Amino acid sequence: MKSGLGLVGVLVLFATLGPWVAGQDPNLSDFVRGVDGQGLPVGPGAAHWLGTDGLFRDELARLAHGARLSLAIALLSTVLSTVIGGVVGVVSGYLAGGRWGWVDGLLMRLVDVMLSFPYLLLVMAVGAALEQTGPGTVLLVLGLTSWLGTARLIRSKTMVLREQGYVEAARALGQRTLPLLLRHIVPGVVGPLVVVSTIGMASMILAESVLSYLQVGVQPPTATWGRMLYEGQHGMTLQPRLVLAPGVAILLSVLGFNLLGEGLRDALDPRQAR
Amino acid sequence: MPPGRGGALVTAPTLLQAEHLSGYFQVGGGFFRPRKVLRAVDDVSLRVRRGETVGLVGESGCGKSTLGRLLLRLIEPTAGRVAFDGQDLTLLSAEELRRLRRRMQIIFQDPYSSLNPRMSVRDIVGEGLQIHRMVQGRAALEERVAELLQRVGLRPEHRERFPHEFSGGQRQRIGIARALAVQPEFIVCDEPTSALDVSIQAQIVNLLLDLQESLGLSFLLISHDLKVVEFMSHRVAVMYLGRIVETGPTAEVFGRRAHPYTRALFSALPVPDPARRSLRVLVEGDPPSPIDPPAGCAFHPRCPRAQRGRCDVETPRLLEVTGGSGHRVACHFPEE
Repeated sequence: MKSGLGLVGVLVLFATLGPWVAGQDPNLSDFVRGVDGQGLPVGPGAAHWLGTDGLFRDELARLAHGARLSLAIALLSTVLSTVIGGVVGVVSGYLAGGRWGWVDGLLMRLVDVMLSFPYLLLVMAVGAALEQTGPGTVLLVLGLTSWLGTARLIRSKTMVLREQGYVEAARALGQRTLPLLLRHIVPGVVGPLVVVSTIGMASMILAESVLSYLQVGVQPPTATWGRMLYEGQHGMTLQPRLVLAPGVAILLSVLGFNLLGEGLRDALDPRQAR
Repeated sequence: MPPGRGGALVTAPTLLQAEHLSGYFQVGGGFFRPRKVLRAVDDVSLRVRRGETVGLVGESGCGKSTLGRLLLRLIEPTAGRVAFDGQDLTLLSAEELRRLRRRMQIIFQDPYSSLNPRMSVRDIVGEGLQIHRMVQGRAALEERVAELLQRVGLRPEHRERFPHEFSGGQRQRIGIARALAVQPEFIVCDEPTSALDVSIQAQIVNLLLDLQESLGLSFLLISHDLKVVEFMSHRVAVMYLGRIVETGPTAEVFGRRAHPYTRALFSALPVPDPARRSLRVLVEGDPPSPIDPPAGCAFHPRCPRAQRGRCDVETPRLLEVTGGSGHRVACHFPEE
C-alpha cells in the first residue's frame, strides 16, 4: 500500500510538475543540439536530459506531457466507468428478482454481450469507427467499455445489502426507493467502488497506451506513452532507451495503481485481520 | 402461570384482517430446470383486534415470517386480501401504501443486521419521522428521538452513537424505538427475542407488554418460543407448512392442543419434571418441502393419528372444536 501510494504520488507529481521542469516544447524538433555527429538523435546529456527521439524532440518533455495526458484520460475514463458501473450495479442488484426484475435481466444481458467481445477489440473497433480520435473520444471509448466488471461486482454487493434487515426496515417505514438506495445501499458499495476504480486506473493507463500504440488513440504529434512506444520501436536495436523510457513509465504507474488498489482492498475489508 | 393472557379480547374492534392470503414463490427455473412453486403461505385467514397480541408459532421454515411480511405487504401476496382498519392493502397504490406504512411496523429478529452500521442512532430512529414529516426542524427531531430512546429504556445521549457500540438487547431496543417513532397501531414482532440471551429476553418481553398497555398497540408475535408466546398472546395460531392448523384463545389452544402437530410442538419442550418425561410424542422426520407438499393433510406423513384413505386424500378444513369457543382446528381426527 505504501509503495503503491509512493509510486502514484511520484506519477502525479511528474504529470503536474514534469512539463514545467523539462521546460521544453514536446513537439519541437531540435536540429541544433538534438542531433549527434552521425545525424542520429542525441543520448542523455545536459541539453536534453533523456536525449531526443527519432524526430529530435526532447524525450523528457514528451514523457512528462504524455504522463499528463495519460493520467488525465485514465482518471476521467475511470470516473466515467465507475459512475456507470456503480449506477447500473446498484439499480440492477436492487431490482433483481422483483417486479422490475426484467430491468436487471436486460442490463445484465447487455453486460454479457459486451463482455463476450475481447475488451481491446471492442475498444479498437469503436476507436477505428470514430476515425479522427482526440483525447476526448479516447476517454469516452475507454469509459463506455470498461464499466462491465464494476457493474457485476456492485450488483452482487447490492444484492447482499438489500437483504439486510435495515433495508427492509426502511421499506416498512415507507422510504421511497431513491432515498432508500442513497441512504442504505450506496454507502455500502463505496468501499468496493474505490478499490475497483483504483485498480481500474491501472488498466486504463494500459488500455490508453495500447490504443495509442496501435494508432487508434490520440493522433500525432501529441505525446502519449503508447505513441512514444510505437515511435521508439523502429530504432529499438540502436537506441533501446526510446522504448525503455515510456515502457518503464507505463510499468511503474500500472504497478503503482495496482499496489494501491490492493492495499485499499485490504484496508477496507473488515474481515481481513491487520 | 396460567397459560395466555386473560382470554381473548372478543369485544375489541378488528384492526387487521387477512382473508385467504397466499404467498407463493417461483424457485429454480434455470435453462434446464423447470420452474417450481414454493407455497410459503397457503390460504391463511387471520384477524388481529385492537390492543391484542396474536401469537404465531411453528417450526422454522413453516412460513411464519413470510406471513408477517405479507400482512404488511412487504412481500406481494399471490392471492387473498389484507384489510387494515378497513382498507384493503392489496388495492392501494404505491403512494397510498407508503402513507399507510406509518401505522404498521415491524421489529426484527436479528438486532445486528436490522440496524444500518453506518448511521447514528439519531438517524436510525429519526428516519421514519423524516419520511412522514412528523417533526419540524432539527431541534424537534432531537427532542423526539431523545423521548423515544427514553421510552424504550435507553439514554438520550445515546443518539450520537453507532449501532456497534451497543449490546444485542440495546440494539433490539433501538429497533423498537425506530418502529415506535411513527406511532404505529400494529407491529409485527418477528422473533423479537430469539437472538437474545435469556435474561435480556425477559426485559424485551416486558418492554413490549408495557408499550402495548400504554400505547394500545396490536402485535403479531412470530416466535418458535412457546413460553414467550404463551406469556404475551391473547390468541395464537399454529402454522405448519404454510397453513394454519390450529387457532384460538391461547389458554384453549395451549391447554387442549387439539391438533397432533400442536401436541408434537409442545412435546418438544423440556419438562422440568422427571416423572412426566415419558409423555413425549415424537414427531419423526423433517417437515416436507413446501415445494411439493403432501396431498391431503400436509402433516399426515408425520402424524401418529393419520388414517389412510382420509388424511392423505382430503385436506382438512379449519373448523371449530366446540361451538362458540373460537378454538378451531384443521384435523380430521382432533385430539379430545
